[in-house]
Amino acid sequence: DFNERCAQCSEVNWGLTDGGRFYCRSCHNVTERTREVVNTDFISNARVQTISKGLRKQEKNDRGCEWYVCEGFQFVLKKQAEALEALGVCPQMKDDVLCNFWRCYLQKSKQAYCNRPAGETIRVLSVHDSSTDVDSEPSLLHLLSPSESEGDLQTDCSFASSASKVSASTSVCSGSVDGSLYLMKNQKEKLRMTMPMTLSFCYMALLWLREPMTLSDLLRFVVEGHIPYFNVFKHFPEKMKLCGLDLKIFCVESWPVYEEVHNKMLELAAFLDLPRFPDITDSCFLHPDMLCMKYLMEANLPDDLHNWTCRVVKKICIGEADFLTLVPGNKSTRKVKYDVLAVALIVVVLKLLFLLDDHYEWLLSDFAEERNKNNKEGGPYFEFKKWYKVIKCSLDVEQKKLDEERAKYLWRCEKPLFYSAEKKSKVLKRRQMVVNLQNQFGKLSGSVRPAEKPNPSSFQLSWSEENTDGSCFHGHSLKGILQEKCGVLTAMNPDYWLCTDKLCTEKLCGHLAHYREADFPHSYHFVLRLFSFLLRIQPSYIHDEVCVVEQKLFNKKLFKKTKYSTGRRK
Amino acid sequence: SSHEHKLNFKKSKELCLSYIQDAMLQKQWKRAAEFLTFYVESLEKDFSREYVGPSEMIWRIGTEILCHHSHSNMKEFNSFIEQMKTLGVKRYLKVCLEHAFHLLCNGLIDEAYQNLSLAESWRFGEQTAIQDKEMKLIQAYRGLLDYYSWSKQKNILIEHGQDGFEDVSVEQEMHSSFQKAAVNLKEIIKVPGVWDVFVKCYVDLLEFYGDHNEARQVLNEYAYNSKFPANPNAHVYLYQFLKRHGESKKSLVSALKILHEIVPSHELMIDFNTMLQKSKKRKKRRLGLEVIFAVLDYAGWKENVKAWSCLARQVKQIVISEKHLDWIKQEWNSRKDWWPAFHFSRYLAKSNWQENTSLSYEKALVAGILLGKDCKYFKYVSHQGCKTRVKRFRIMKKFVNKHNLVYQRISG
Repeated sequence: DFNERCAQCSEVNWGLTDGGRFYCRSCHNVTERTREVVNTDFISNARVQTISKGLRKQEKNDRGCEWYVCEGFQFVLKKQAEALEALGVCPQMKDDVLCNFWRCYLQKSKQAYCNRPAGETIRVLSVHDSSTDVDSEPSLLHLLSPSESEGDLQTDCSFASSASKVSASTSVCSGSVDGSLYLMKNQKEKLRMTMPMTLSFCYMALLWLREPMTLSDLLRFVVEGHIPYFNVFKHFPEKMKLCGLDLKIFCVESWPVYEEVHNKMLELAAFLDLPRFPDITDSCFLHPDMLCMKYLMEANLPDDLHNWTCRVVKKICIGEADFLTLVPGNKSTRKVKYDVLAVALIVVVLKLLFLLDDHYEWLLSDFAEERNKNNKEGGPYFEFKKWYKVIKCSLDVEQKKLDEERAKYLWRCEKPLFYSAEKKSKVLKRRQMVVNLQNQFGKLSGSVRPAEKPNPSSFQLSWSEENTDGSCFHGHSLKGILQEKCGVLTAMNPDYWLCTDKLCTEKLCGHLAHYREADFPHSYHFVLRLFSFLLRIQPSYIHDEVCVVEQKLFNKKLFKKTKYSTGRRK
Repeated sequence: SSHEHKLNFKKSKELCLSYIQDAMLQKQWKRAAEFLTFYVESLEKDFSREYVGPSEMIWRIGTEILCHHSHSNMKEFNSFIEQMKTLGVKRYLKVCLEHAFHLLCNGLIDEAYQNLSLAESWRFGEQTAIQDKEMKLIQAYRGLLDYYSWSKQKNILIEHGQDGFEDVSVEQEMHSSFQKAAVNLKEIIKVPGVWDVFVKCYVDLLEFYGDHNEARQVLNEYAYNSKFPANPNAHVYLYQFLKRHGESKKSLVSALKILHEIVPSHELMIDFNTMLQKSKKRKKRRLGLEVIFAVLDYAGWKENVKAWSCLARQVKQIVISEKHLDWIKQEWNSRKDWWPAFHFSRYLAKSNWQENTSLSYEKALVAGILLGKDCKYFKYVSHQGCKTRVKRFRIMKKFVNKHNLVYQRISG
């Protein structure tokens, strides 16, 4: 990959012109460097060893053709990129960025674009292999045992008169050529590819391009079915047959987890030896000043709060490109989760202005209500109580809907999976029965099933100022809770309570703080719950981030170990 | 309440199941059906390692929904059950049996019979032996339906017989039904269990064909074999049989004695007491008193005139004979603390009098003996009774006054 710094502006931010030349995205300097366009179609995937072996074997029968696991993943990534493009992501994502990341990965993990290191033989267990390899191979049966984690897809129904597990003689098969090998090898050093990692790739590409899509957005789109992830094999070409251990690799039966995808992304970026990512500047969507605006809107909070979040950002210097930009491999800096950071900032600002101790915010609200009575000009003053009522109502409704969606989540698709050819008829029978039962009871359901997927949208909650019921708070003013001091508007609230006085060591227990609902005020929990719903992550993750922001904000005071009940941070 | 944002297959199906259960508990059948459609894909991951696996869940939940849903019908139900039969070979016979029950409950006797016959012919390797109990039940219920046919044919024959017709074909059918029924019913009642309906039918068959010995043996086994669970009905059936066949009082008494021990409040206790009171043996008469007192310990008998009249009669007889007052004393000893409030309160005196003068008459007599002429119940009722100038009340009043000191002796 082209990693040289631009001659004109010293950035490393390359794109490809139509003519196939590199150009610098920051200053549009076009170079003379060109590169061949690589076709991402899997059939002509230029793997060095297959080229040296000669033509790929094409089976004449129903077997399909030979395919390798990494080809499968490549196909997945291609589909995901196409889906993202359909969602509005720029086309460079697929052809330039993601593609190159992937090829770099293949190279680094020695699966392609290199000579196989000597001494490493590929012992491939194909279904046709009746050789003695099976005896000398360490038992692969343990890989077939159903586990709690994703990919346990043993469709062994109890109808079998001899309820036997897959015996060694039927061979631990996979449709792919190297499926069994793939799972067996200790791939720790080489960062073995998994389905969740495809999302890490996607996010990494999005981040590189600084696309306006956060990781929580991405994962939500996956769960809502806009991005291929579950049952992605149904998009595989007919010739690529999936069976046996392929299932463990490609089939997912759990929702992707934010932390996991994020951590893998960091690992991946380091593994690929990527340089510093393009800078996150204050005009980027991912910059806290921008993201805070988005979340303030979604949380139906006054626009005026934006000033405050910007002030906090500036105060603790987290608006700097150096802080926000990802530098892979740099272990000393804490990696930024843009969405979590943004909502944490909002939480801190709410605490600054309203205290959120289950007492003061209500007093303040009553006070604002009083002032509102005499407030004839301009917009109404923001009243916490009103906002709380509106949001609580909506949140409860949405949460209830989400809970039902979770209970109604469908994991299987019409394309059935089976471990081995013998199980095929049983699996198909079962599938048929499932479809029959769905039809029978579907008719008894009464209500028409709603449209399959909700329309993809970046906003889950929306509020319109045109509503006359006063349920939109965007235009409300904070003056009701502010006071003038030396010509400057400051918060009436003089106090602040810290979520924790000391951060935990992440390495020891995995968290920076330990959130327990019972230990904190209800209002604080409510606010966490709101953003937890929007981001689809645990409240404790947001709480951790809030702690970090607070530590930075009150750093000096903490350092001095003086009481922090006086004064206000400007 | 913290909301978990993770989700996997297992967890989502657990959640789904809880929604189904909530809907069912609230009788929201449409909603239950809706969530069931999302649950059924668990069948594709049916490992049958849990206590109740997805296929059993779906069978039971689906059955429940189809039973109650307004748009469901037998055709839908049958098609559903046929699918369930193929789901789990270990449960095959159980599903068949419950299907047959359902058909019977809906009056589809022929269909039930067909199902049971089909199930009877099922063979599946070692499963056949493992599901031996279910098979016996299937055969037993088929036998029951054979009995039902036999019974119908018998009635036809009787009708025709009255009209002077002979019906050889019906007779043959009847006999064949009898044989089929007898074979299966005999088998099931060998197994320790509660088989009231099978026993009754089998005994009916035996009696009809005159095999009284076999019938008696069957009933004895059913009542007295310790391997069988204690079952009051077994003794009732035996007693009824013995009575039908004019057996000796002795055997009747011994049959009812155990019933008295198991279910002191049984309705046959009245007959029992009547029998025992008349006996010449002292022990039996003693037992009779015990039996009738025990019956009236139960709230269900409080307003039963017959029971009170039995007690009144026996108590009166004892008082007149002046022998065995200690019997009454013994029985009254454990009751004197609570029977007054339970049976003889002033409130009860009034309401008994209003609702049923015969009841109050009998009770008043007993109260007068047990508690003396000054007790609330007796005073009120005898006063009311004498006001109406009904003869027996005057007689009763005289009687109680005469034997007024008895109560002191028995309550001492």
